Amino acid sequence: MEKKAFQKVYTQLQAITKATIVVKAQGVGNDELAMVGERLAQVVRIMGDMVTLQVFSGTEGISTDTEVIFLGEPPTLNVGDDLAGRFFNAYGKPLEGGAEVIGEKREIGGPSVNPYRREQPSDYIHTGIAGIDLNNALVSGQKIPFFADPDQPFNQVMAMVALRAQVDKIILGGMGLSNDDFLYFKKMFENAGALDRIICFVNTTEHPPVERLLIPDMALTAAEYFAVDKNENVLVLLTDMTQYADALSIVSNRMDQIPSKDSMPGSLYSDLSKIYEKAVQLPEGGSITIIAVTTLNDGDITHAVPDNTGYITEGQLFLRKDSDTGKVIVDPFRSLSRLKQLVIGKQTREDHPQVMNAAVRLYADAANAKTKLENGFELSDYDKRCMGFAQEYSEKLLAVDLNINATEMLDRAWTLFSKYFRKAEVSIKDELMSKYWKE
Amino acid sequence: MKTRGKVTGIIANLVVVEVDGPVSQNEICFVSLGDIKLMAEVIKITGNKAFVQVFESTRGLKTGYDVEFQGHMLEVALGPGILSSIYDGLQNNLKTMEGVFLKRGEYTAALDDTIEWDFKPLVSEGETVTAGAWLGEVTENNLPHKIMLPFKFEGSYTVKSIEKEGNYTINHTIAVVTDSAGIDRDITMVQKYPVKKPITSYKEKPRPFKIMETGVRIFDTFNPMAEGGTGFIPGPFGSGKTVLQHALAKQADADIIIMAACGERANEVVEIFMEFPKLNDPRTGRKLMERTIIICNTSNMPVAAREASVYTAMTLGEYYRAMGLKVLLLADSTSRWAQALREMSNRLEELPGADAFPMDLSAIISNFYSRAGYVVLNNGKSGSVTFIGTVSPAGGNLKEPVTESTKKVARCFYALAQARADSKRYPAVDSLDSYSKYLEYPEIQEYLNNTVEENWYGKVAESKNIILKGKEAAEQINILGDDGVPIEYHDRFWKSELIDFVILQQDAFDKTDSSTPMERQKYMLNFVIDICRQYPVFENYETCATYYKDLINILKQLNYSEFKSEKFKDYETQVWNSISKLVPEQNIK
Repeated sequence: MEKKAFQKVYTQLQAITKATIVVKAQGVGNDELAMVGERLAQVVRIMGDMVTLQVFSGTEGISTDTEVIFLGEPPTLNVGDDLAGRFFNAYGKPLEGGAEVIGEKREIGGPSVNPYRREQPSDYIHTGIAGIDLNNALVSGQKIPFFADPDQPFNQVMAMVALRAQVDKIILGGMGLSNDDFLYFKKMFENAGALDRIICFVNTTEHPPVERLLIPDMALTAAEYFAVDKNENVLVLLTDMTQYADALSIVSNRMDQIPSKDSMPGSLYSDLSKIYEKAVQLPEGGSITIIAVTTLNDGDITHAVPDNTGYITEGQLFLRKDSDTGKVIVDPFRSLSRLKQLVIGKQTREDHPQVMNAAVRLYADAANAKTKLENGFELSDYDKRCMGFAQEYSEKLLAVDLNINATEMLDRAWTLFSKYFRKAEVSIKDELMSKYWKE
Repeated sequence: MKTRGKVTGIIANLVVVEVDGPVSQNEICFVSLGDIKLMAEVIKITGNKAFVQVFESTRGLKTGYDVEFQGHMLEVALGPGILSSIYDGLQNNLKTMEGVFLKRGEYTAALDDTIEWDFKPLVSEGETVTAGAWLGEVTENNLPHKIMLPFKFEGSYTVKSIEKEGNYTINHTIAVVTDSAGIDRDITMVQKYPVKKPITSYKEKPRPFKIMETGVRIFDTFNPMAEGGTGFIPGPFGSGKTVLQHALAKQADADIIIMAACGERANEVVEIFMEFPKLNDPRTGRKLMERTIIICNTSNMPVAAREASVYTAMTLGEYYRAMGLKVLLLADSTSRWAQALREMSNRLEELPGADAFPMDLSAIISNFYSRAGYVVLNNGKSGSVTFIGTVSPAGGNLKEPVTESTKKVARCFYALAQARADSKRYPAVDSLDSYSKYLEYPEIQEYLNNTVEENWYGKVAESKNIILKGKEAAEQINILGDDGVPIEYHDRFWKSELIDFVILQQDAFDKTDSSTPMERQKYMLNFVIDICRQYPVFENYETCATYYKDLINILKQLNYSEFKSEKFKDYETQVWNSISKLVPEQNIK
């Protein structure tokens, strides 16, 4: 993105706001990049010869005679095998010095896959966490966020899931990541000896917020290189998408757009879906799986960001602290994996779907019993058994600190069923009951 | 002479064009960007400036680029070969597009003009015909596909010549007709029609008077959908809208299913591509895909084309209706369509209505829903378009503009409840909040009396009442405690649970339970009502719970068994055995 000779320089800025500038110029393409002084900017609106540019790092100190040079192309990333093991900023520049990646220059935010050319996601992803594998199994090519309050250990859980999943590349897109968390990811990846299959695009809280808008497209352009060109299985981690949405609302506000719900832009759904829909299972065998984080405000999933996300993604994993066991669990009620039906009972044991549902139903009965208890009513024998079950279920299966395989999870569930319940109370198909019930 | 223009402004996919001649509202134009031409639609005109929404990304577009106007609105091609197709919102064939990625400016033909169809004439020379008249017939996927006088033709025409029986491609002239001024017009098997204008070549649109069976008990038994009726399914995410829609698409008693995936997940459409060619249509034994048309404009595809996609779907539905077929149109989700309207309205800097949606949202929605319906054609035959849309209310809150506007026009309301979804009670349709206005139609009640059984409506009302009483009892139990209420309250509560578990809940993933024919629904409702009419004597509330839990367990197994099989009868006997333990024989009703 260095300046070239014979480029036309514009110096008459017509307007400056906190995030945008307007310059009189001709022959400018929509979405094109420009240098405003030393800062990178992108064309967001053209009206006659008035061109509005969004300056990623903010407009502080820009003066009306600052030089503007148009670069003639939208944001790009150099893609190649050298991407692996590297850390980049939002513009795709190496973070800790080092040589630029040599490779093919690609526009970021490119076209979408023809839905007819997609394959159905079909590979079960093992994470060792029963709250995920048993209740909300993940499938390669899926897109799913963690919904968590800011104080939950979502980055830790996500790093763990990433390292346990059998994938060829892990691409981290960090948006508004605290520097501490960034260093945590780095250390985790180093310790696991996985650096050679990691690529990071990072915007920390120390960087300007609007730069964040480039991160998902950068990460996904790299992901598409490995998945489409190299037929690899790629896992993309995006944390935190709420911060991304906040950056969107800043820009739309500066451009005088009418905000819709929760002061988010009216196009939030389309903006988010363009990112998440990059998750794909390709016919040649490559895949892009997206695991994201959407931080919530005190568990409120009706806020525009989690709400729109929920409609786009294939489920959500809801993290919360269980007050009975003191452990962080994947909430079985509010979590969902829409693609689990494609693999459970097929790539896992046949009893998986029914065991999963029965356990959640009984856990729900326990929640009702708990409400009764809190309201000062006496508990029936069944209620008491439910509560005992819930305690053990939470500790031995739901907690995120678990690492066992799916068959062992199912066996644990059957053990708990027979410990606390009669067969009719568990209510599972007779064939399965006779095969797996533990006397 | 076509009107031309130059680009003078660009804001995302809204482009301002200075024009040199007349343009009309909703006219289609092409914006040149180097070698590629981007399709766009005029959405506002002031002076010599036309505001057009481009159906694709405008990246790289510059001022001064050429624009060519086409002189017509957005049109679809109607002719044999539409069935089993997968189109985008503008009726481009997605199957024939090359490469893994969608390329800008690539448009593919909706119909294959190389296939030969077995044409049979249905009129003879000298006959007088009007728009929509059946001139001939070809067989498309085993369905009779009528070749009609184009819907755009006004007035009456005389058939000058008609092609004899034989195999022809769609562009072959199959008839020549003469208008009143004596001018001849060639008719082929394909006609173009603008998507935003309803096809009205029919005699009348009576009130719906028949039920459209879906195999989903909470629909057919409790809140039936009428053939030619309208309904909507609002629900928060994760409440099972998509699974329910897919169930309807697989099982509904319709000749043709059109699924408009409007701004939803691509993988859900992939599921249909993958499954439907394998699944059998229970009515004909042929593959489901053969009667299905998919309009696929997923959330990552261009927003403006998303807006067009529902109209494209409806126009195809109306086309098949004019052939005397039963069409079921499912749109998932109409909220995404409304959001597309919002994005454009916002870029046009219109004054916004509630939640920044355009002011005329309600009018747009009601106009669209009113295109559905049962019609009597000019030749006395009948056809129908039944429309069911999903709504994705923000935050699951039904007090939002799209839900409210839809509620005003749709006659059936299937409310998906988060609480039911949370406790995995699927389909999560709330049986008390939901309604079917058709149940109140005397025509429909009459139809049910004749086809299901006498006083069927009364039985449905009785079971709804049991659920209502159960809900009230549950509230009392929650307030006063298990011990604080008479045992009858527990009995009432458990009877409603029985209906919930056995009738309302249905396992969409089980091969037997997923689809229940009306005959079996009738049998099961009668069976369950019989059980509910028993009043066992319980020692305490715990034995009451155990009694009903056992019954529910047996009845669930029965739902998984084939109708009236040995196993089915065996479970039935088990039910009566359990009952007779607590109800003295002489009291069994």
